Amino acid sequence: MSTKERNVDLAKWSGPKRPYDLVKELVIALVVVTLLIGACAAVFGSPDERAVTLQQWGQNAPSDFVATATGELAGSTISAGYGAPYNDAAEGLTLGPLKLQKWAGITIPVNPAEDFVLKPLKSSIDSAVPTAVATWSAASADQQAKWAEDYAAAIEKAGDSAKVVEDAAYGPVPVMTAALLHLAQEGSLDGLLTTEVTPLPSDFTMPLLFLADGGYFDELGAQQHLHGDQWGMMNETGSYPGQSWLWMFSFMYQIEPFKSSENADSQIFAMLFLLNLGFIFMPKLPLINRLPRLIPFHRLIWRRYYRENNL
Amino acid sequence: MATMWTTRVRRATIEKIDPQDALPDNQPSYVASWIYVFGVLTLAALAVIIGSGLILTVRGASWWHTSGVGHYVNSVHLWAVELFFVFMVVHLWGKFWMAAWRGRRFATWVTGTFCFLSSLATAFTGYLIQGDFDSQWIATQAKDGLNSVGIGSFMNTLNSGQALLLHVALLPLGVGLIVVWHVILVRKNGVVPPLDAKEIAGGAA
Ligand code: HEM
Repeated sequence: MSTKERNVDLAKWSGPKRPYDLVKELVIALVVVTLLIGACAAVFGSPDERAVTLQQWGQNAPSDFVATATGELAGSTISAGYGAPYNDAAEGLTLGPLKLQKWAGITIPVNPAEDFVLKPLKSSIDSAVPTAVATWSAASADQQAKWAEDYAAAIEKAGDSAKVVEDAAYGPVPVMTAALLHLAQEGSLDGLLTTEVTPLPSDFTMPLLFLADGGYFDELGAQQHLHGDQWGMMNETGSYPGQSWLWMFSFMYQIEPFKSSENADSQIFAMLFLLNLGFIFMPKLPLINRLPRLIPFHRLIWRRYYRENNL
Repeated sequence: MATMWTTRVRRATIEKIDPQDALPDNQPSYVASWIYVFGVLTLAALAVIIGSGLILTVRGASWWHTSGVGHYVNSVHLWAVELFFVFMVVHLWGKFWMAAWRGRRFATWVTGTFCFLSSLATAFTGYLIQGDFDSQWIATQAKDGLNSVGIGSFMNTLNSGQALLLHVALLPLGVGLIVVWHVILVRKNGVVPPLDAKEIAGGAA
C-alpha cells in the first residue's frame, strides 16, 4: 500500500483522540474477572481424583501386578525396552537421521529388573526370598529370561497368576514376584521405590514407570477417557476442561501419517516446533500476513473509524 | 572521559519515557472496540492466577487435598487459567485480524507469542503437580513426547519436585517478565492505527 499509509502506522498518532482511562479499565477488569473466576470456582469446583498407589494396584489387580513384575524380569515391559533417558535397551525415537532421544543421553538411569524388583526384595521378610534371589542372581541371563518368559506365558494362559500351577520351569520367578506383591499389598513398595535417593522423596520416576508398565493404570486412564486416542492429552479427569490449548497437539495424534507412525512422538514434536515458528513469524509469512486484508474483519473492528472518515 | 554506567542506564531508560506515553489519559479515536479489552482481561486473569497461586504456595503442595478452603483456592487457580487462555486466544486472533504487527510492532507480536508459549509450559507443569491421578497420568503420558526429542533427559515429568519448583519459580518468572515486556512495547509503540488509515489532523473528516 502507499508509503503514506505506512507512515501513519509508524508515526505517533496526531489525528483525533478521545479520553481513555487505562487505569480505571484495568481496575474494573480486575474486579469483574475476579468475580467471574470466583463464581466459576464456586459453581464448577475442580477435580481431585486420588492418586493411585502400588498398594492399590497389588490389592485390586494382583495378577496384573505379578505379570508386570515378571515382565520387568523378562525385560519385556515398556520401561525395560525404553532407551534414553532411562537405559540403553533401545535406540529410541528418531527424526529422520536425528537420534535426539539417544543423543540426549541416559540421565535418569533405570534398570527395571534391578530397581523395581530385586532391590525392593531386599526388604522382604519372606523367608523363601533370599534363596530365590540367590538362585536368580547365579543364573545366566538366558536362563533368567527363559524362566521369566515362561512364567509370563503361563500367567497369560491361565488368565490369572493365582491359577498358574507350580512348575520348576519358572525357576525362582514365582517366589520373587509373589514376595514383591506382598510388599506392594502391605504398602511398603510405594516407599521403597521412592526413598532410595532420600527418605524425603519428591521424585516419583520409579513407581510411576512401574505402574505405567502394567494394565491396571492404563485401565484407570481409559475409564477417565484419558487415552491418546480419546484426545486424552487435553482432557481432565471427570468432565472438567483440561489443557484445551493443546488441541493442535492432541489433534495430530488422531491423524495420519502420525497415528500409525512408530515415531509419532518425535514427528509431532517436530511439526509443532515448525508450526510454532510459523506462529512467531506469522507477520512475515507471505499470504498469511495478507489474510487480514483479504478477509476484512478489521472493517468490523474499526467500523466507527471507517464510517466517521468515509473510508 | 567515558560516560558513567549509571548515566547510560538512566538515558536508556527513565529519560526515554514520556509520562504521557507511559500512562496516557487519551487514545487515538479509533481505539473504540471491545476487542481492545481482551489484552487487559488477560492481564487481569493473570493477576488472579498469581494471587491464587501464591495462596496455594503458602500452605504447601498438598494442602488443597485436605482443606475445603484449599480446594476452593485450587478451583480459583484452575478457572483463572482456563479464562486466561480464553481471553488470550481472543486477544491473539483479534491482533491477527487487525494485522497489529504493522509499523515496527513485530516485536510486540513476537513477545505475545512468547507469552502464549511460556504460559503453555507453565500450565503444563501445573497439571503435573496437582498430586492426584491426573498428574500421574499426564506425567507418564507426556514423558514419551519429551523423551522422543531429548528434552526428557533434562525435564523429567515423573519428578514432581522438579515440576513443582519449575512451576512456582522459573516459569512464572519467565511469563511475568515477558508479559511486562509485551505491555511496555505496546505502550512504547502506541496502539496500531486501522488498516489503510488516513491521518486527518484536527478531527474527523
Ligand atoms: C499473557 C498473555 C498476554 C497478555 C497479558 C497481553 C496483554 C496485552 C495488552 C494489555 C495489550 C494492550 C491492549 C490491547 O490492545 O489489547 C496487548 C497488545 C498486543 N498484544 Fe498482547 N497479551 C498477551 C498475549 C499476546 C499474544 C499471544 C499475542 C499474539 C501472538 C499478542 C499480540 C499483541 C499485539 C500485536 C498487541 C499490540 C496491539 C496494538 O498495537 O493495537 N499478545 N497485549
